[in-house]
Amino acid sequence: MEFFSSLLEQMSTAYDLLVAGWGVQLLWGIGWTLAVTTVSMVIGAVLGSLVAAAKLSHLGRLRFLGESYTTVFRGEPELLIIYLFYYGGTQVLTGVARSTGSIGPTDIVNMPSFLGGVLAVGIISGAYQAEVFRGSFLAIHRGELEAARAYGMSAWLRFRLVIMPQVLRLAVPGLGNVWQLTIKDSALISVTGVAELMLTANKAARSTHHSLLFYTVAGILYLVMTSISTPIFDRAERYTSRSFLRPK
Amino acid sequence: MSASLAAAANVEPSPEATPAISVKEMRKCFGDHEVLKGISLEAHKGDVISILGSSGSGKSTLLRCINLLETPDSGEVRVGGELIRMKPGQGGHQTPADIRQVERIRADLAMVFQSFNLWSHMTVLENLVAAPVHVLKRPRAECLEQAEALLKRVGIWERRNYYPPHMSGGQQQRAAIARALAMNPKVMLFDEPTSALDPELVGEVLRVMRSLAEEGRTMLVVTHEMGFARDVSSKVMFLHKGEVDSLGEPKEMFARPPTQQFKQFITNFNK
Repeated sequence: MEFFSSLLEQMSTAYDLLVAGWGVQLLWGIGWTLAVTTVSMVIGAVLGSLVAAAKLSHLGRLRFLGESYTTVFRGEPELLIIYLFYYGGTQVLTGVARSTGSIGPTDIVNMPSFLGGVLAVGIISGAYQAEVFRGSFLAIHRGELEAARAYGMSAWLRFRLVIMPQVLRLAVPGLGNVWQLTIKDSALISVTGVAELMLTANKAARSTHHSLLFYTVAGILYLVMTSISTPIFDRAERYTSRSFLRPK
Repeated sequence: MSASLAAAANVEPSPEATPAISVKEMRKCFGDHEVLKGISLEAHKGDVISILGSSGSGKSTLLRCINLLETPDSGEVRVGGELIRMKPGQGGHQTPADIRQVERIRADLAMVFQSFNLWSHMTVLENLVAAPVHVLKRPRAECLEQAEALLKRVGIWERRNYYPPHMSGGQQQRAAIARALAMNPKVMLFDEPTSALDPELVGEVLRVMRSLAEEGRTMLVVTHEMGFARDVSSKVMFLHKGEVDSLGEPKEMFARPPTQQFKQFITNFNK
């Protein structure tokens, strides 16, 4: 009896803490996590396609640059890159501002936390996306590229009409993986003070001393986000590869 | 196809007429191996030239050097009298001087490939309008109308909204021929168009090619189809080890092979 009443009590405390107390902030946290992930994915897509193009180039120097990019940013701990961008960025901005005399000698210009965070996570995401795009490009049937040349298409037309649609089609499953990685990486930018889900859960846990509750809830929310993305990418894959599936 | 059209295709052009395509002294090496050893070739409007040869004789390379899918090491290509300008490039090899010119000329030389090479993410209809709309800058509606007519002609109009991987090889190759026709090309290049097909599908593709020959299209056809070479083409060119071994009237060539090499080649084929 005592056990049940204590359980009930705990449940009502949890209810109070989540719904009345931190619920709205946790929802905001989810919003920020998705925002950080989306913006990082976009930054990563731009960088990733450039790096993939460099790695596929026939110019040795460009290939070297591309290789170095993916080696470095896949080989370093994510947290280190984030520190480098956030604290390193702050140091650079402060240095520049001080040397131009626009701030006093003891003032500091902070790296904007959202910007520093998405740049760092975007650059890491770009390294993984570059591999995905490169693999997709190599999977395009060579003859189709040759046909595009034989029909007088310029490099730009070949890219727009033949390469890009096929790379996107082939890249969808791989991008689904990168999206999951990027959601998880976004938790690391809590160190820069962006109020995404991880930081919110952290704050809630510390101020209420209910670590178990809040980290479990945050864990469930991350799992929901990553698992919802699986069927969405599956559906996208079915759509983009419709020319290869049996017709209905 | 009407008899008058077929007859018109066989009329000898006047000597001063500009050839639709002319190749002079074309050479091409892959590494140490010289694949083309100074090949010359002329096709006038309405000519159907079958290019024969055993594998490794350089026949596909010749075709691919004409539209610059491969860059010839030396030699001249003229299309409708216009010289494709080349310039010296890296390592003593030449490269096209003006890629725009090459792209413009390629659009006049529609190619049909052994493995069809239709764009697999586009429907058949989209395959037919992509280059006319984007390369030739013709109005989309007009291109669609022409594309549907061409698909009716090659007998796969019902498949116009299919994606290429959903069709048989014969249907894909007929779609590819329709894609070539949609460019209103000056010359059509066929690179072993029936070699990748199951034997029972070869006939449907050959029938389409025969009808093109009969309406007076200018065609260069790299092929192993002896029947097509003998009965449909206006000239047969036999390549052996990168050189023109023999060239002539198909009936004549097959009745009295001019060289030992060609004789052996057709005997091996009839075995």
